[in-house]
Amino acid sequence: MTPRWKNPGWNVWGLLPTHLIMLCTLIIPIGIIILVSFSTRGPYGGFDYVFTTAPYKQILFNEGWTGELEFNPQYLIVVGRTLILSTVTTLICLLLSFPVAYFISLQKATLKVMLIYLVTLPFWVSMIVRVYSWIIILGNDGVIEKTLRFLGLIDDMDSLLHGDFAMLVGLVYSYIPLMILPIFASIEKLDGALVEASHDLYGSRWTTLRRVIVPLSQPGMLAGSILVFVPCLGAVLEPMILGGGKTMMMGNLIQLQFGPARNWPLGAAISIVLMSAVLIFLLWRGLRAVRKESRELLA
Amino acid sequence: MDRNSPHRQGKAVEIKGVSKVFGTFQALKPVTFDIYENEFFTLLGPSGCGKTTLLRMIAGFEQPTTGEIALRGANIQGLPPHRRRVNTVFQSYALFPHMTLEQNIAFGLENLGWEKQRREARVADMLRLVHMEKFAARKPQQLSGGQRQRIALARALAPEPEVLLLDEPLSALDLKLRQAMRDELRTLQRQTGITFVFVTHDQEEALDMSDHICVLGDGEIQQLGTPAEIYEEPSNRFVADFIGETNFLDAEVMAVEGERATVKVSLGMTLNAPQKKAETGRSAVMSIRPEKISIPAQDGQISMEGTIVGVNYLGGYTYYMVETGKTKLRVSLRNSVSRSGMFEVGQPIEVGFAADSARVLGA
Repeated sequence: MTPRWKNPGWNVWGLLPTHLIMLCTLIIPIGIIILVSFSTRGPYGGFDYVFTTAPYKQILFNEGWTGELEFNPQYLIVVGRTLILSTVTTLICLLLSFPVAYFISLQKATLKVMLIYLVTLPFWVSMIVRVYSWIIILGNDGVIEKTLRFLGLIDDMDSLLHGDFAMLVGLVYSYIPLMILPIFASIEKLDGALVEASHDLYGSRWTTLRRVIVPLSQPGMLAGSILVFVPCLGAVLEPMILGGGKTMMMGNLIQLQFGPARNWPLGAAISIVLMSAVLIFLLWRGLRAVRKESRELLA
Repeated sequence: MDRNSPHRQGKAVEIKGVSKVFGTFQALKPVTFDIYENEFFTLLGPSGCGKTTLLRMIAGFEQPTTGEIALRGANIQGLPPHRRRVNTVFQSYALFPHMTLEQNIAFGLENLGWEKQRREARVADMLRLVHMEKFAARKPQQLSGGQRQRIALARALAPEPEVLLLDEPLSALDLKLRQAMRDELRTLQRQTGITFVFVTHDQEEALDMSDHICVLGDGEIQQLGTPAEIYEEPSNRFVADFIGETNFLDAEVMAVEGERATVKVSLGMTLNAPQKKAETGRSAVMSIRPEKISIPAQDGQISMEGTIVGVNYLGGYTYYMVETGKTKLRVSLRNSVSRSGMFEVGQPIEVGFAADSARVLGA
C-alpha cells in the first residue's frame, strides 16, 4: 500500500496552510504588480486599469510629442550600473569572507559562537543608522580624511562620498555577513578527516586549503553569492545616502517612480524586469547544477 | 616467528615510552614496543584503550605527551603529518568527494612532486591492484562501501609509504564483505611488502590477519605476541577474556613451581597447570577454553559429573552449557560426525579437560 503521505490528495490538502501563505504573500502581490505594470498611469499617482504595454516601452524609449519613439539609454545605464556594482560587491564579499569564515571555524566552540554573534551584530542596529555612519567615515573632514591629513599624506582630497566608490563600500559593508555565514556553515560541515587525509597524503597547509577546503566550501560560496547579489540588485539605502542622489541604482529608480514621479506602472514594470532577471539567473544556475549532478551520476 | 630472532628484518616503527594525556584523561600510559618491517601488525583492544590515539601519533595527527616515535630508525618527533612517510586508511575512508578516483589516488603523488608520466603509471597500477580499473573516472559518491574501501587503500599505498596505518577500516562494511576484505588486505600486504599497522576492536579480525598482535587495555599493553601465543598463552585475565571465549573458575594458589602452579579450583579438585603471575597463597583464576573441554571425559583428563542445561546449535559447532556443582561451564564441540552424537538438555554426562589446557592467571 502506498503510504499516506505519498497520496497526491494528501499532498495538496496537507500543505494547504503553506499554499495559502504562499498565495496571500507572494502570488497575489506579484499578480497585482504585474497588473499595475500593464496599466495606465493615474493623474495623481496610482493607476487606472486600462491595458497598455507603454510602461515597458518607457524603460527603453521616450515618447516624443508626436508619438514617435526615441531611444533613451538613461534607464539602461541605471540597470548596467546596478549589475556591475552588484557583481563587484559580490566578488569583494567573497574574497573578504572566506578568510574570516575560515578563521572563525578554527576557533574553540565557545569563541566560535561569540564571533558568529559578532558577525551578525550589525543586523541588530537599524540599517539606516549603519549606512549613515559611513558618512562620518568617508565624508569631508571624515575619519579617513582627517587621519590621512594628520599623517601628512595629503593636503586636500576630494570627498570619497557621493559616488560609485562610496556606494560600493556601503554595499559590501551591508551584505558581507550574508556571505560569511553560509561559507562558515560550509566549512563547519566539512569532514575533518578530509583535511587530515590531505595532510596525510603530503599536502602542506596551503595545498590543503587550496585543493580541499576551498573546493569543498563552494556550496557556501554559491549560496552566499546569491544572498549578496540579489539584495544588491534591489538596494535603495546605500545609493540614496552614500551615492548622494547623483547616482542611482534600480532600487532608487523604482522608489522614485512610486514616490515623487507618481508613475506606478513604470515602477511596476521595472520591478518585474528586475525580478525576471534574477529569476532567470537563478534558474540558469539551478539547471546547471542539476545537469552537472545527473551527468556525474550517469558517468 | 620469534620476535627476538636475529633473522628478522629491521624495525619499521619504534615506540619508545610513548604516552598521551588529553586534559586530565590519560588515554595511553607510557608504552614501548617495536613494529618490524614487512609485517602485519595489529593494535587490538576495546574502545577507549588508546589504540587509535597511538595510531594517530604515528601518523602525526597527535603529539605524544612523553616519549618518542622512530620511523626506520629516524626520530619523527615534531614532524607534521605531511612530512612523514606514512599513509593512513581512515575509518570513514575520507575520499575527496570533489575528485575522481584517479585524482584521489594521484593526490599524494602530486604533493610528492612525481612527474606526470610516472604518476599516471602508478595510478593505473594501483587501480589494477585493487581491481577498480573500470571506475577511474568516477567520483567516490558513486561507489559502494567496499569499493570506497579499495580506493582508500589504493590512495594510501600509491606513494609507497614506509608504513601503512589502517584505522578500523573494515568496521563500516557488512559482514560478508568484511570477510572478503580480510583476505584481500592480507594479500595486499604480502604483495606490496609494506608494513601494515592495523587498528581494530575485533579479535577475530586480529587473529585472522596479523603476524603480531599488541593487545591494549586501559591504556596499557596487556600482551604482545603472535595470534597463537595470544590465544593459547594469555598473559592475564584481561587478554584471556578479550580474545576468544573462555570459562573462568576461581582458584586458590597452593604452590608455584616455575612455569606451573598447583591450585585448588572452585570445582573442588586440585590440579597442576601452566601459570602466569600466580603467587602462592593468593587467589587467582583458572581459564579453560570451551573447545578444550570434552564430553564425555577422555582418558587421562580430569573428569567431573555434570548435567547439560543448555544447547546452542551453530552448524559447525554446538555450544553446551554444563552445570557441575555450583559452576556452569561453556563447552563447544565440533559436529564432525553426525547429529546422532548430540546431547540433550537434562542429560547427565561426564565432562573432562586436561590440566595442561588450563591456564592459571594471577592478575
